[in-house]
Amino acid sequence: MIEVAHLTKEFGDFTAVRDVSFTIAPGECVGFLGPNGAGKTTTMRVIAGIFPPTSGTVRVGGHDVQREPNATRRLVGYFPENAPYYPEMSIEEYLAFVARAKRLPRAARRSEIERVIRATSLGEMRRRLVGKLSKGFRQRVGLAQALLGDPQVLILDEPTSGLDPEQVAEIRELVKSLRGQRTIIFSSHILSEVSQVAQRVVIINRGRVVAEDHPDGLARRIEGAVTVHLRAEAPESELRLLLSSVPGVHDLAVVDGRFRFHARDEAVLREVSRAVTARGFLLLELSRESLSLEEIFLRLVHVGDEPRQGAA
Amino acid sequence: MIAILRKELVTYFSSLLAYVVITLFLGVSGFYFYSNLSFFLLSGGFDVARGLWQFQLHDMRQIMLTLLPLLTMRLFAEERRLGTLELLWTYPLRDVQIVLGKYLASLLVLLLMLAPTLLFPALLTQTHAPVAIGALLAGYLGLFLLGAAFLACGILISALTDSQVLAAAVTFSLLLLFWVMTWNEAAVGAPALSVLSKLSLFDRFYVFSRGGIDSRDVTFFVLFSAVFLAWTVLALGSRRWRGVK
Ligand SMILES: Nc1ncnc2c1ncn2[C@@H]1O[C@H](COP(=O)(O)OP(=O)(O)O)[C@@H](O)[C@H]1O
Ligand SMILES: [Mg+2]
Repeated sequence: MIEVAHLTKEFGDFTAVRDVSFTIAPGECVGFLGPNGAGKTTTMRVIAGIFPPTSGTVRVGGHDVQREPNATRRLVGYFPENAPYYPEMSIEEYLAFVARAKRLPRAARRSEIERVIRATSLGEMRRRLVGKLSKGFRQRVGLAQALLGDPQVLILDEPTSGLDPEQVAEIRELVKSLRGQRTIIFSSHILSEVSQVAQRVVIINRGRVVAEDHPDGLARRIEGAVTVHLRAEAPESELRLLLSSVPGVHDLAVVDGRFRFHARDEAVLREVSRAVTARGFLLLELSRESLSLEEIFLRLVHVGDEPRQGAA
Repeated sequence: MIAILRKELVTYFSSLLAYVVITLFLGVSGFYFYSNLSFFLLSGGFDVARGLWQFQLHDMRQIMLTLLPLLTMRLFAEERRLGTLELLWTYPLRDVQIVLGKYLASLLVLLLMLAPTLLFPALLTQTHAPVAIGALLAGYLGLFLLGAAFLACGILISALTDSQVLAAAVTFSLLLLFWVMTWNEAAVGAPALSVLSKLSLFDRFYVFSRGGIDSRDVTFFVLFSAVFLAWTVLALGSRRWRGVK
């Protein structure tokens, strides 16, 4: 459905995206993961037809985004980063505008608007001015706009950024509910989020694709993403034996009188603390430091098992 | 194009900007009409049916010069500031359609602004002398074409900045420049002056205000607007190539 081949985008003499290639099958839900400035937005904008690539080609539904922009734009619903909005329009007015701008047939407009209002639970707010809505609602208006016309491809640029945890969960559920026949790309700089929603993750850093994997494979590869420090009132040898028996604990060592090990995720911590207290030992310290995304990328690139296709 | 046109109209009226501009225009031009009329009636001997309108049209021209930049300042500058321009580019719309949609919306507001002022001559026909209709309509055509040129100029400036205030200020200054550029005859010299006066929007308006229609003037105004609109389309295109930021 989406074929990106050797995409490069330069802004002046700065290269934001460098020789990026990947393909996305119809119906697939793919997460774009990368820190700020990685080139996610730039890549998505090229796919959405906002600006042309400097070199390389992007095809959506078999059409070239540069040569047939209106053909590809009709296939794509786009949610821009930060969900820009017109403060002086009501939700209904705004969606009516988008329905026309997307050239939906007159007869279908009304029902399409109703459908997306329902899908994004905006019914009660429909006559409110978008500028008067909370960020969470505005984000939903942005999604509603992308969904209008039921496009085959959805490109969602950080749909959960800047929201409180409850709203993040809502939006995430909404995106999950959209999976199915539609092809979805959504970007995020939060690993756990991408892993929850996407079937496949494309990791971008500094304008390049550094890895491409299924969430499970990814999890395996970044095993040890969490570094844990532990102190307990217990004989060292017994404690060592105990800790190493907990699944998910790796690289166990004693540093500065504390145990230090790597764990895949937070769930391992719970197991560890349960095991220690169950044996009647007193837990004195249990602290963790997560790897930053940057460190995760280093791990993916250097520690990487077998290098994957597309890896830099 | 219709989509953009309707959206701009919705925004004009829900942001109250259109009401403010139209009300100001009607208020100030009503005031001028009143004082012009008093002047004509008191001093006597002038041709109220024609002469009054020359005064009135020139006054309305001045008010347009100040108010029309307010109508165009928002059109692109605000989309740029909000980041919504990026979103427009994901819809199957061409830049020409975006520009024309916005332009037509501003033209409609201009029409809404000018139309009620036809009440002045209608009133005058009732109470005093009949008005020379042909001359009056020529004057209004000129006023509309002049306004259309102002708007085309303003829309280009609006596409070049993120700031509405800056867009309005620069548009106003530019229009002012078009007005005053033929004033200082001594400084520019005769050959330059003849070129400048051909370009001057305001000199072109002169014939209309006297009740005449010169097809060359009509063509000039239409071309002037077309050039600025085409320029706006190019400005949008180059912005897109450079990236949205
Ligand atoms: N229009 C632009 N002009 C210059 N630099 C840009 C432009 N757009 C993006 N960039 C730069 O390109 C890099 C990638 O940006 P972006 O694609 O927005 O990253 P991400 O979405 O992953 O945070 C950043 O360093 C950003 O500053
Ligand atoms: Mg981004």
